[in-house]
Amino acid sequence: MKTFDYVRPATISDAVAAAAEPGAAYLAAGTNLLDLMKGGISRPDRLVDVTRLPGLDRIEQLPDGGVRIGAMVRNADLAYDALFAKSFPAVAEALLSGASAQLRNAATVGGNLLQRTRCGYFYDVASACNKREPGTGCDARSGENRLHAVLGWSEACIATHPSDFCVPLVALDAVVEIEGKAGRREVALEALHHLPGETPERETVLEPGDLIVAVRLPAEAGAFAGHARYLKLRERTSYAFAVVSAAAALRIEQGTIRQARLALGGVAAKPWRARAAEQILLGASAGPAVFRRAAEAALADAKPSGDNQFKIELARRILVRTLTLAAAGTPKRIAALPASPFAPASGALHHA
Amino acid sequence: MNFSISLTVNGVRRDVALDDPRVTLLDLLRERLHLTGTKKGCDRGQCGACTVLVDGRRINSCLALAISHDGADVLTIEGVARGDQLHPVQAAFIAHDGLQCGFCTPGQIMSAIGLISEAQAGDDPERVREGMSGNLCRCGAYAGITGAVLDAQHSLVAANQRRSA
Repeated sequence: MKTFDYVRPATISDAVAAAAEPGAAYLAAGTNLLDLMKGGISRPDRLVDVTRLPGLDRIEQLPDGGVRIGAMVRNADLAYDALFAKSFPAVAEALLSGASAQLRNAATVGGNLLQRTRCGYFYDVASACNKREPGTGCDARSGENRLHAVLGWSEACIATHPSDFCVPLVALDAVVEIEGKAGRREVALEALHHLPGETPERETVLEPGDLIVAVRLPAEAGAFAGHARYLKLRERTSYAFAVVSAAAALRIEQGTIRQARLALGGVAAKPWRARAAEQILLGASAGPAVFRRAAEAALADAKPSGDNQFKIELARRILVRTLTLAAAGTPKRIAALPASPFAPASGALHHA
Repeated sequence: MNFSISLTVNGVRRDVALDDPRVTLLDLLRERLHLTGTKKGCDRGQCGACTVLVDGRRINSCLALAISHDGADVLTIEGVARGDQLHPVQAAFIAHDGLQCGFCTPGQIMSAIGLISEAQAGDDPERVREGMSGNLCRCGAYAGITGAVLDAQHSLVAANQRRSA
């Protein structure tokens, strides 16, 4: 690991000023960053430790019914917050399906949004990677790429964004609060991450010094609590990134879908909102035929980026499964194996 | 750059002068404080051998920068027994043959102590297995580990109930 300067500012404005310098990076838990630094993939000159900044570790109920989650809230604390999990069950389930208990105890909300791809060629400094070293090429294109992107990829980069948490968040219109040199601004989570295009090294809209301070879910997102699920297909049952995943949130009145929110994970360089599929569901009666049509629409633009044609049909099927489970109703308690398609039939229904 | 941090490790306050900010909590425990019970397996947050409790929560000490944990309360495998009296989780691992080579065991035990205090798994073996999935065992002692965690969970809950009765 390359050495670095370490600073631990006491205020957000000092942190922003310290991190705006070239070569600086924010350190929260470090569960992804330290790994990247050990491998020489990230080589910051200065770490700006944000773990002691005041006011970033709260889960606040907003007067309008929304919720504001501080960027330093740990994944486990959010997932096990009873009120949060009751209002946003698919988000809690997604959190609990990610990483391991140890990592969830450390990893933060802000860090989750900004975690880097797990593409093996990005991690291997001997490989060509346009994201890590612009202009060097992409060894994933002709390499082991069965888990790579099927939506929104470019010739320059076929990596995926690995987050589970972001998938239901983007479905529920989460908003990211950012403190920067020019003060506070807000960006829809859907607009936070860039698709790779010709510049895969530009992963987000954040500028030097920008600090995510909170993520907000609007009050409307709570209306889906009775019919919200996250499902994640993995190559082993636990402690693995998604091959494909999906979040589905429905508002159903007398069997008719009044509102629908859908997003996919593991398919693109960002959490993938499936708006065309949502439109197909509106006004329909919940059932397998319309779910399949929605899934077809969600993957209409998908194309394999390598040896991963199978992921397209897998993503359609996981969407249908997620919609089916969401329509059946949110379980009262998250299954023993969160988000697992192999979990046994869930028990009593949740009445939010 | 020189940094001075102070930690409580197994109940004892330790002041450590760090000459390098790169030191992880794992390396600090093993190399500076000579507490080698905490193991370095992958050093990448994938195997769980380095699990310790920080402020009562289980984390991977290999992915924690020591300097960022100034002031923390750390519990390692060396701090769980009371003299010659094993911690109930340690005793349960022996009773259930929850190990073969033993390299992952300190991390397994610290993770199990964390899991029991989180109180999310209860007596459901599937929830225990899921909650312990961050600790790999190359010998494959998982069946014994799950049995040990369930047994220790049961005895700790019973002991707590006796105490509060």
